[in-house]
Amino acid sequence: MIEIKNLTKSFGDLLVWRDVSLTIQDGETTAIIGRSGCGKSVLLKHLNALMYPDEGQILIDGKSVFDLSYTELRKVRQRFGILFQGGALFDSISTFENVAFPLRYFTDQSEEEISHNVNEALTMVNLKDSGSKSTAELSGGMRKRVGLARAIILKPDYLLYDEPTSGLDPRTSGEINELIVNLANTMDITSVVITHDMHSVLSISDKVAFLDEQKLSWFGKTDDMKHSDNKNLMDFITASEYQINKQTA
Amino acid sequence: MISAIKELRIAGGIREFGRYGQLLYQALRSSTEFSTYRKNLFHEFVKVGYESIPIIFLVGIFTGAVMTLQTAYQLDTDIYPSTIIGSIVVQSLIIELAAVISALVLAGKVGARMSTELGTMRVSEQIDALEAMGFNSVSFLVVPRIAAGILMFPILYITAAVFGILGGITAGAVDGILPVAEFMEGGRAFFFESDIIFGIIKSFVFGFVITSIACYKGYYAFGGAEGVGNATTRATVLSCIFVLLADFILAALLL
Repeated sequence: MIEIKNLTKSFGDLLVWRDVSLTIQDGETTAIIGRSGCGKSVLLKHLNALMYPDEGQILIDGKSVFDLSYTELRKVRQRFGILFQGGALFDSISTFENVAFPLRYFTDQSEEEISHNVNEALTMVNLKDSGSKSTAELSGGMRKRVGLARAIILKPDYLLYDEPTSGLDPRTSGEINELIVNLANTMDITSVVITHDMHSVLSISDKVAFLDEQKLSWFGKTDDMKHSDNKNLMDFITASEYQINKQTA
Repeated sequence: MISAIKELRIAGGIREFGRYGQLLYQALRSSTEFSTYRKNLFHEFVKVGYESIPIIFLVGIFTGAVMTLQTAYQLDTDIYPSTIIGSIVVQSLIIELAAVISALVLAGKVGARMSTELGTMRVSEQIDALEAMGFNSVSFLVVPRIAAGILMFPILYITAAVFGILGGITAGAVDGILPVAEFMEGGRAFFFESDIIFGIIKSFVFGFVITSIACYKGYYAFGGAEGVGNATTRATVLSCIFVLLADFILAALLL
């Protein structure tokens, strides 16, 4: 379980958000939505202490990540998988080696076991025959899927997605959404998804957190979102639906 | 207004120096995690050492050759014996030129590569990805680069000095101003082993200065492609300045 308690973050004089509190239950998929620049990715990077807040705490199974020593923190981070916006693949090594990377450093697996596990992960993300490709040969969608394969290779408890469908065509976005749902179901992973793609939110998330006006403006079940009396949230949903309708028209 | 800008710059400089020191401290602490950076260390040995030999060969040959021709031109009188040319060239190369000119060239080749690599990794979130996986990114990326600089620069210095002397001998012989035997005689007359040790100490320090500044600038780069470009430019300029400063301090302390 991830508990975010009274988190406040600013960069110099610029306040990102104040007093954000929410709880992410085990096995749930929570989408964090909001306008561009509202600090969604910043919040995501606090979950595994890639960034530190000005105030507040994040508890992972009751332990504050910001109070851990660096050695302890690294162990906690190994329980997280994270898919970065651009994939963040290591461009000096092949697709296969990118996925194998955590296994080589954090496990004692033999070369055969590594090969088997990497191929299994690549198959899960529908990239069975792409292991030998260099990262430069991969399309945007493929990069995200390789990033996802790398994120799940150590079978993490938590999976963080930073804009998993941004910049992708609707069909590839749909495939990524399907993957997120499948992974959550088959691997029993707790997922946090940063997105402003409402189509994605509706198809993958159990709960939604809406960041707006430098605070957590709304948090609740996805099904309850459309009946909310939060005007800004409704405007956000309406604007997104208008965009979707415009694209499909 | 001007004094406020000056104060801001001084504060910025102190903050930057503090962050540089912090990175070095982190690197020193994580240097015990040999298994994390072992593979990268050998990779860096090849990149810093082996792949720099061609440019160091050229630097050495031409520095020695030009030095010989210019010294011969300046001492073109009957007052000094011609062997003095060999003495001046050999000692200048060993004490100063082989180390400093190599360092300045390597600040461009090795330092720029390191800051660009790390800067690109930073802005494309590859360093975040390493940290998020549970890696110590300083141990993985910074330690092997600085270690390779410290260990390889002395070897490159010796290479530059040897090829510099060969360049000097060749230029003297081909130009007909100094036979090989006289060059060697002059070189041997003022050859002190302590000069080589001084040169090695210098190159060791230069290796540290160049790689640590490059890693610092790259590791903390921000702002996309332009940010990486700025980081690389600053790393190269700062490396050159601090190499010259270190050269002066070492000469004042050790000679």
